[in-house]
Amino acid sequence: MNTEMVKPRIAVHKFSSCDGCQLAFLNAGPALLELAELTDIVYFAEAGSLEREVEIDIAFVEGSISTPQDLTRIKAIRENSAYLITIGACATTGGLQGLRNLYASNTRDWTGAIYARPEFIETLDESQPVSSHVKVDLELWGCPVSTQQIMTALRALLFGVTPGDDRDKICMECKRRHNVCVLITKAAPCMGPVTRTGCGAICPAYGRDCYACYGPAENINAEALATCFEGLGLLPQDIARRFHFINCNAPNFKQAGTIWRNKS
Amino acid sequence: MTRGTLLNLPHAALGSLLAVLRQQGYNCIGPVVRDGAIVYRRVHHVSDLPYGWHDEQMPGTYRLERSNSPRAFSWAVGPEALKPLNFASGETLWRAERNHEGQIQFEETLPAAQPTAVIGVRACDLAALQLQDQHFLDGPYRDPYYAARREQLFLVAVHCTHPADTCFCASTGDGPQAEYGFDIEMYESEAGFLVAPGSAAGEAIVGELQLSKSNDSQRAIAEEEVRQAARKQTRTLPSQNLRDKLLASLDHPHWQEVAKRCLSCGNCSSVCPTCFCHTEHDNPALDGRTTEHVREWSSCFTAEHGDISGKPIRVQTHLRYRQWLTHKLGSWHDQYGRSGCVGCGRCITWCPVGIDITKEAAAIYEAQLS
Repeated sequence: MNTEMVKPRIAVHKFSSCDGCQLAFLNAGPALLELAELTDIVYFAEAGSLEREVEIDIAFVEGSISTPQDLTRIKAIRENSAYLITIGACATTGGLQGLRNLYASNTRDWTGAIYARPEFIETLDESQPVSSHVKVDLELWGCPVSTQQIMTALRALLFGVTPGDDRDKICMECKRRHNVCVLITKAAPCMGPVTRTGCGAICPAYGRDCYACYGPAENINAEALATCFEGLGLLPQDIARRFHFINCNAPNFKQAGTIWRNKS
Repeated sequence: MTRGTLLNLPHAALGSLLAVLRQQGYNCIGPVVRDGAIVYRRVHHVSDLPYGWHDEQMPGTYRLERSNSPRAFSWAVGPEALKPLNFASGETLWRAERNHEGQIQFEETLPAAQPTAVIGVRACDLAALQLQDQHFLDGPYRDPYYAARREQLFLVAVHCTHPADTCFCASTGDGPQAEYGFDIEMYESEAGFLVAPGSAAGEAIVGELQLSKSNDSQRAIAEEEVRQAARKQTRTLPSQNLRDKLLASLDHPHWQEVAKRCLSCGNCSSVCPTCFCHTEHDNPALDGRTTEHVREWSSCFTAEHGDISGKPIRVQTHLRYRQWLTHKLGSWHDQYGRSGCVGCGRCITWCPVGIDITKEAAAIYEAQLS
């Protein structure tokens, strides 16, 4: 990518998601204007840009792969994109809607429970991460991702270097903020010890427990934290739900939640 | 400096100490109750201090309760004290800007520290401060960021009379009586404080207060209370050549046993008053013209800490815990002439799963003996 000569072309795509991660661009303030100077934003439906078929340097993808149309489209986007970044829990792990993968034995079960005419629902059996179907070059975790994460990654790519990947636990960030630990002082079932940083430990800073919206950190010990929660008085199904939530399809969260779900 | 004469400072007159410190240009920092714990923050008025508050600490648990006690210092250390005042949890070390000719210019970002008085410092934290001073100030590479803040500190020690269940400073020899490193020392009793200066700066402050001399029995009672605080402690670290024992036990199966419980979350090292590990990274602005080089607290429990030229050397938890313990209680002796543990017990209280450094060290120590 020769940034001095040609502006890199970027695209922001949406799949099965709430649109919240795209707001990391739209709420960026002056940085959005800067971004428009540094890059050529050729596809961003929520912001009005709709040049679909062109070759892209950096594609940002929000949302999980949940329908047959999603599947066709993500493959086409990958074909047209030099570098593909997933933004947020949905695109990275399958998202909250991935709960259907765990709590329904088949698609008919849950569509029948929700819709009056389930036969009109065209969906894949599972809500899956983008990486299940195409190669992903960088994953940005979070529900939603922050403007900071996106701009940091983009800046690195503009410099021609590999973006960093902060996989430390939230506890590191929480202590740097001088938050008092809610798990130790209030017996709150905080997911910080298994959750990757990136949010800046927002929830503990306001006195509540982390609910793992940034997904698993590196080298987690889910079983030890789950056992700790049991000691705090949580029932097995409550422990299962701490893991089976926004990032329920992240493999180690899925496994930990399933172990405790089976105990209940 | 020889120990000063102990003088009487009634509870009601504690405000005058704060007033004199403020008059002399010090920001006053002291213990306050915040978010369910006793932490050190700006003290605006003497009533901000934790009068009547006591802590209950156990492995993985911290709770506060209040009584009618007239005392403000009846508690054991909370999650942090002096470390963040000197070794910032995050700070910019320098800035750089690319000018219009394309040249990069560097800008220094040394902190403009203000004179700061810390009220109610404990012996364990003074011992830890001395170790941090050794690390950041001694030797050929004096850290100017740490030094700028450290030079501005004025320390008012209050000898500890309320050790927590997790405390073991008597075992490491670092408390509960503060022996060095303070500008003023104080004993707290039901009636008030016995105060003595510990430095020339402390003498200047105490001299302003015009206090009466204490008598021998007051002094005996105060000292006995601190001795009792030592006797109340139940935890100990093995004291006989722990360094060699640990370093000879690198393949001990107990490391794996700890790893089953350890979250490798880094809480122990963050709350440890002697841990100094950090990471550095650059925060370039989006336009690519300016950047900040930032230093932040890190931990040997992170993957990055064991990352050498792209190769992770401590992937598994038992290797990270072993690194922490063998450094803290072992190779620290080689670097700094003593153990890196001051017995404050923070790593035990603030570990979410309650891992107890004294028990883990003993398990490995005893197995070596047999």
